[in-house]
Amino acid sequence: MDDLYREIILDHYRNPRNKGTLEHPTHTFQDDNPLCGDRIRMDLKVNGTGVIEQVRFDGEGCAISQASASMLTEMVLGKSLEEAKAIRKEDILEALGIQLGPVRIKCALLSLKVLKGALYGLRGAADDEE
Amino acid sequence: MLDSYTIRQDFPILHQSINGKPLIYLDSAASSQKPLAVIQAMDEYYRSYHANVHRGIYQLSEKATEAYEAARRKVARFVNARSWREIIFTRNATEAINLVAYAWGRRNITARDKILVTEMEHHANLVPWQQLVAETGARLAYIPLDEHYCCDIAAYEAMLDERVKLVAITQMSNVLGTIVPVREFVTRAHAVGALVLLDGAQGVPHLPTDVQFLDVDFLAASGHKMLGPTGSGFLYGKRHLLEEMPPFLTGGEMIRRVTWEGAEWNELPHKFEAGTPAIAEAIGLGFAVDYLSRLGMENVRQHEVELTRYALEQLGQVEGIRIYGPQHVDMRGGAIAFNMDNLHAHDVAAILDREGIAIRAGHHCAMPLHQKMGVTATARASFYVYNEPAEIDRLVEALDMVRRLFER
Repeated sequence: MDDLYREIILDHYRNPRNKGTLEHPTHTFQDDNPLCGDRIRMDLKVNGTGVIEQVRFDGEGCAISQASASMLTEMVLGKSLEEAKAIRKEDILEALGIQLGPVRIKCALLSLKVLKGALYGLRGAADDEE
Repeated sequence: MLDSYTIRQDFPILHQSINGKPLIYLDSAASSQKPLAVIQAMDEYYRSYHANVHRGIYQLSEKATEAYEAARRKVARFVNARSWREIIFTRNATEAINLVAYAWGRRNITARDKILVTEMEHHANLVPWQQLVAETGARLAYIPLDEHYCCDIAAYEAMLDERVKLVAITQMSNVLGTIVPVREFVTRAHAVGALVLLDGAQGVPHLPTDVQFLDVDFLAASGHKMLGPTGSGFLYGKRHLLEEMPPFLTGGEMIRRVTWEGAEWNELPHKFEAGTPAIAEAIGLGFAVDYLSRLGMENVRQHEVELTRYALEQLGQVEGIRIYGPQHVDMRGGAIAFNMDNLHAHDVAAILDREGIAIRAGHHCAMPLHQKMGVTATARASFYVYNEPAEIDRLVEALDMVRRLFER
C-alpha cells in the first residue's frame, strides 16, 4: 500500500529470521525504548576465530523495530566481530529502504543499539554509537 | 449535536489534505485545533497593541493590560470562580500542578501525611506528587480502578483518614475517557480535612466545570486543549489558600516592594505570575473561552456523547479490536484508547496517517496505567467540537485496512 510498510518489512515482521534466544551466548545484550514499548534482546555466539556463527534476537514492538532486528541478524551472521562493529545506522536504513521521521527512527535503530551493546559488552559504548 | 459543518469553517487547519486525503484530526486530547477568532486575536495584539502589561503609562500598555486582565475574567467566569483573583495564568496544567506541589505542598506536607491519586493519572498529576513525597517522607497511595475502568469509590473511602492531606485526581482520564464523580470525591475528602486538586486538563475543555459547585480547592487546566494557544493554562485556587501560599517563582511583577534586605509580595493573582507573562497566549485563551461559551459547554458535552456513542458502536465491530475504558457514554468522554490484535499502536497510527487520519499512539503520559492494563502502548482517537460521525466511518474503514495489511 505504501513505502513505510513495503513488502520486505512486512515479510520480516510476519516471519522473523533468527528469532529466539541462545543457550550459551558469548555476547548478549537487551535494551528497550520505554517511550514506545519496543524491546529487543540479541544473543551472539562468536567462535575461536572471531566469527559470528550463531545469532538470535528476541523482543516485541512495532513492525519497524522487529523487522529491522530480523534484518540485522541476517546482516551479522557469518561476519567477523570487526565487520559487525562497522555496521552503521545508514546500513540499517538502507536495508529497510524507507524514510523515517525523528520518532520512528528510534524504532528502526534499537536493534543496532542492542547489537553494539552486545559486541562491546558495555552500555556506554552502545549509547555513544547513537 | 452541534452544527459541525459551520464550526469547521472556523478552523482553517482542518481544510487541508494529508497524503492526498482530507485531514481527519482525532487527537484533540493531546492538543486541540484553534478557531480563527483565537488566531486573529493574537495576531491583532502583536500587530496593533503589543506592549508589556501592568506597568506602562502609555496607551499601548494600558490596552494590553486591559486585554490580558479581561482574559483572566473570562476564564474566571468560565469555571465560575468567585473572583478573578483566584485565576493564575500558567504555561499549562502541568505548571499549575507544580505550582501547588511546590508552593502549597512543601509548606503543608510532612512525613506523617498521605496524598491520594487515582491509578489513571497523567504523569503531570503523578510525578510532582512522587517528587513531593520523596522530599518530605509522606506517602503516596493509589485509588484503584474497578473492572469497568471507573474509580472504586468504596476503596477510596477506605483509604481516607485524617492523615490524608491532599486528594489529587483527574476530572477525565486522557486514556480511558473515564469521568470521575468529582463531587463525591470532594465531599469525602473534605470530611477528613483533606484538600482536593482537580486535574482538569481533559475535563475543562469537554465538560461544564463549576468550581463552586464541585467545591474543589485547586483546578488546573491547559489552554491548548480547549481551543486556545500553546503556552496558555491556568490554576484556580480558593482565595484563602492562595493567600497563605508563598510564591512559586520570584522576580519581577510578583512583588509589591523590593528593598536591599528583601521583598514584599504582590497581591493575588500577581504574586504567582513572576516575570513578563505570556500575554498573547492569555488573550488567545480568553477568545477560546468566548468561543466555547458561545457554543455552550452543555452542548459541547452532548455533541461528544453522541460522537462517542457512535464511535464505540462502530469501532466495536472492527475485527480484532480491543477498546479500553467504560462502555457507557454517561461515564466517559470522547477519548477512546484501543489496540488491534497483536499490532503495535505505532504501526496502526502510522498506517492511519497515510490515510490522512491523525490519532495518538503510545502510553499517553500514563505509563503506570498501561502497566496495569498489561500493554506498553495503545492507539487513541479523541474528539472535539469540530469532529463529525463521517470521520468515525473513515476511521473504521482505515482500521479494517490496517488489519488486512498485516493479515496477509
